[in-house]
Amino acid sequence: MNALAKMVEFRGVTKRFGQTTVLDKVDLTIHAGEVVVLIGPSGSGKSTLLRCINALEHIDGGDLVVDGISVRDGAHQVREIRREAGMVFQQFNLFPQMTALENVAFGPRQVRGMSKSDAHALARELLAKVGLAARVDHYASELSGGQQQRVAIARALAVKPKLMLFDEPTSALDPELRQEVLRVMQSLAEEGMTMVVVTHEMAFARKVGTRLIFMEHGHITVDGPPAELIDAPPNQRLRDFLQHVE
Amino acid sequence: MQFDPSVVVDALPALLQGARLTVLITIAGLTGGLLVGFLFGLMRAYGNTLAQKIAFMYIEFVRGTPIVVQVMFIYFALPMILNVRVDALTAAIVSIIINSGAYIAEIVRGAFLSVPRGLKEAGLALGLPMWRALAFVVGPVAVRRMTPSLGNQFIVSLKDTSLFIVIGVGELTRQGQEIMAANFRAVEIWTAVAIIYLGMIGALTFGLRTMEKRMRIL
Repeated sequence: MNALAKMVEFRGVTKRFGQTTVLDKVDLTIHAGEVVVLIGPSGSGKSTLLRCINALEHIDGGDLVVDGISVRDGAHQVREIRREAGMVFQQFNLFPQMTALENVAFGPRQVRGMSKSDAHALARELLAKVGLAARVDHYASELSGGQQQRVAIARALAVKPKLMLFDEPTSALDPELRQEVLRVMQSLAEEGMTMVVVTHEMAFARKVGTRLIFMEHGHITVDGPPAELIDAPPNQRLRDFLQHVE
Repeated sequence: MQFDPSVVVDALPALLQGARLTVLITIAGLTGGLLVGFLFGLMRAYGNTLAQKIAFMYIEFVRGTPIVVQVMFIYFALPMILNVRVDALTAAIVSIIINSGAYIAEIVRGAFLSVPRGLKEAGLALGLPMWRALAFVVGPVAVRRMTPSLGNQFIVSLKDTSLFIVIGVGELTRQGQEIMAANFRAVEIWTAVAIIYLGMIGALTFGLRTMEKRMRIL
């Protein structure tokens, strides 16, 4: 796949919750290999935008195409999109009845039809990759927040996605635990994974991000290279916002 | 008033016969009740508007009427409406299925909806169809959470079988009533009947407790 392939394309996407318009005719194209960092005040629509990509939120207007498939094409196609777009949640959402290994092996067994032994081998490999080779048989309740989030990343990767979506992956973590999660995300980006990350970690945005998007009231108001935008915010709103998060 | 143990000894075979029928009705009724309860509970929790309405109406009808009335209706009224003959044992089992099903539906709905929404989303985000996310991700957590309430309902349903005395099913209470009508030994008979119920429910409680201990409640 060449670096210019369109991975995600928002075409005039509108999303409403009741009377509130959360996304207002958003246009956005994300290419393969990009690491897009989404920032904005709470209620600006950044998490909703992310959740529209894998159709956890249904869009009310426009079209949204992920890896050539529209979220409007139907349930079967939506499941295909979800297999191509792994998601990591703020609250980890590990399956509590399963060990770390079973959490990671679950996806490939369910949606890729992998055998139990193959899925377990893959899960061990991915858990080792996120630094948790020694924790494979632990349940979520026996892991720290940072460890849980790393298992969650391995779980999303196990389905072999082309794109990873991160919804405030470090917001529920202590400062020292954030780093271990951010390191895993950084190595993922270095391997060339296309990523969309909702976060307030500006150091990560600057170092790892290839593109920074600032959202306000359901609109994308700033879009550009992270370091430039952080060093010289083009408008007052972004400048104020950056002062608050840093 | 003298407590005569020989009365109990004489009555015991008939009482145990009744207890066996009580157990049979309870097991058959609750097996069906669990199926009906899961179906309607999931319809209420995740169904479309029509499914939710149907489930809601069923639950309201059952909860809004006494079980004795339901039994009478199933045994006496329904056969006249449908022009079929229903034997008393079938009517008893159907009554427990329909009655416990409604309460179990609410237990199932409550337990499924108590599981954090993020778990279902995590399942869906992997590309699972909804029913698989419910069956393999939310279900195992929900089932663990519903065991205390389900245990309660099992006990209530077991005791509800004593109401089938009104349609002449020879379960434990009916047997006790018939023996007492013949020998007028109320103290011995009802003491024995009570102890047999206590024993059955004790065994049920023990089983449920062992099961709960083996599962981690999540």
